[in-house]
Amino acid sequence: MSTEAVAEGATSLCVNEHGGAVGMPQLCGEWMPNQIFWLLVTLVVIYVVLAKIALPRIGAILADRKGTITNDLAAAEELKQQAVAAEKAYQDALASARTEAAKIVAAAKAEIQKDLDAATAKADVEISAKTAESEKSIAAIRDGAAAAVAEVARDVAGEIVAALGGGADAKAVQAAVTARLKG
Amino acid sequence: MATEEHAAEGLQIHPMDQFVVKPLFGDGPIEFYTFTNVTLWMGIAVLAVLALMVLSTSRRAIVPSRSQSVAEVFYGFIHKMVDDVAGHEGLKFFPYVMTLFMFVFLSNMLGLIPMSFSTTSHIAVTAVLAAMVFLTVTLVGLYRKGFGFLGMFWVSSAPMILRPVLALIEVISYFVRPLSHSIRLGGNLMAGHAVIKVFAGFAGVMGVASVVPIAAITAIYGLELLVAAVQAYVFTILTCVYLRDAVGDAHH
Repeated sequence: MSTEAVAEGATSLCVNEHGGAVGMPQLCGEWMPNQIFWLLVTLVVIYVVLAKIALPRIGAILADRKGTITNDLAAAEELKQQAVAAEKAYQDALASARTEAAKIVAAAKAEIQKDLDAATAKADVEISAKTAESEKSIAAIRDGAAAAVAEVARDVAGEIVAALGGGADAKAVQAAVTARLKG
Repeated sequence: MATEEHAAEGLQIHPMDQFVVKPLFGDGPIEFYTFTNVTLWMGIAVLAVLALMVLSTSRRAIVPSRSQSVAEVFYGFIHKMVDDVAGHEGLKFFPYVMTLFMFVFLSNMLGLIPMSFSTTSHIAVTAVLAAMVFLTVTLVGLYRKGFGFLGMFWVSSAPMILRPVLALIEVISYFVRPLSHSIRLGGNLMAGHAVIKVFAGFAGVMGVASVVPIAAITAIYGLELLVAAVQAYVFTILTCVYLRDAVGDAHH
């Protein structure tokens, strides 16, 4: 610091001829107007810059951020509510679907039962008709069989008589067989 | 005090030369408007304020960049200090307090750059800052509270016989405030810078052993960083404390 150019003459009481400090530079009265003037200029400039530009801007940024965070939290809360509602709706739908399915199953069962009953009734009718018809046929066959038995007996009796050497006429055989069959 | 001369060894230490105010151009007499190293370093402080508080916030980002975060931290720190200490009414003075803080803090920090000039180590500067605070508090207090402002000196909770004595002490302490307010800041800065310079002078003549003073300078530099920040903080919070007398309901 003391290597500055030699001050010309003793123009200042605060620096020696080598530009060094004499006493405390802080107490040098002849510099104070300069320091105070520039300090006031500096403070005014900083004040204007801060008060007119920087501080309102930073305040707005902080307020914006606070608003954004609040909004985001509210939105998150709303989405959570929606998720809960959606889950509830899903559960409700599931439950009603189960009930509906049970109802459909019951209806189908009733339908099937009805069809089954109708088919059973129809089958019963058919079966009884067939049974009646069969009984009739069986009766006819039995009658036929009885007639055939008489005829076979007569023929066999005639043949047996002939084989034993007797000469039996057809009428006598007939009468005998008929008498036996009745007996 | 200016020079410590060890004439025999020719050891010349000029710890106070760093505080000399010099014209930037030529070496004529220093008028109040002369561009001096004071002008230069105050101008740099203004540029630092612009860079830190205006440039860094120009994007107005919701998610801040690093520099914008720093600006927001300064804003939040001082805003909360004014709100807490000076009271809610004191927020009207927030730009004013912020101006004081930014100027003192940045000037203290800039003064730690080697070869720089510390504007806040000068009593003329700190005295003006303190006088501004004193005048603001006194005028605002008288304007807002009128005669009631003087009730601050009349300690109504003390016994009647002690009140005149206490009033005298309160008045004296009130008028000593700007003195302590300014000398605390200027003295701290000046002392630290002068000590660093003295050690640097030792380092210049001690040869290999100069590692010792250089290590000491490093340690003191760290301490001075702390002092620079803490003194800016102290100056600002005292300003808020004084402002509460003017705008808040002062309870002592």
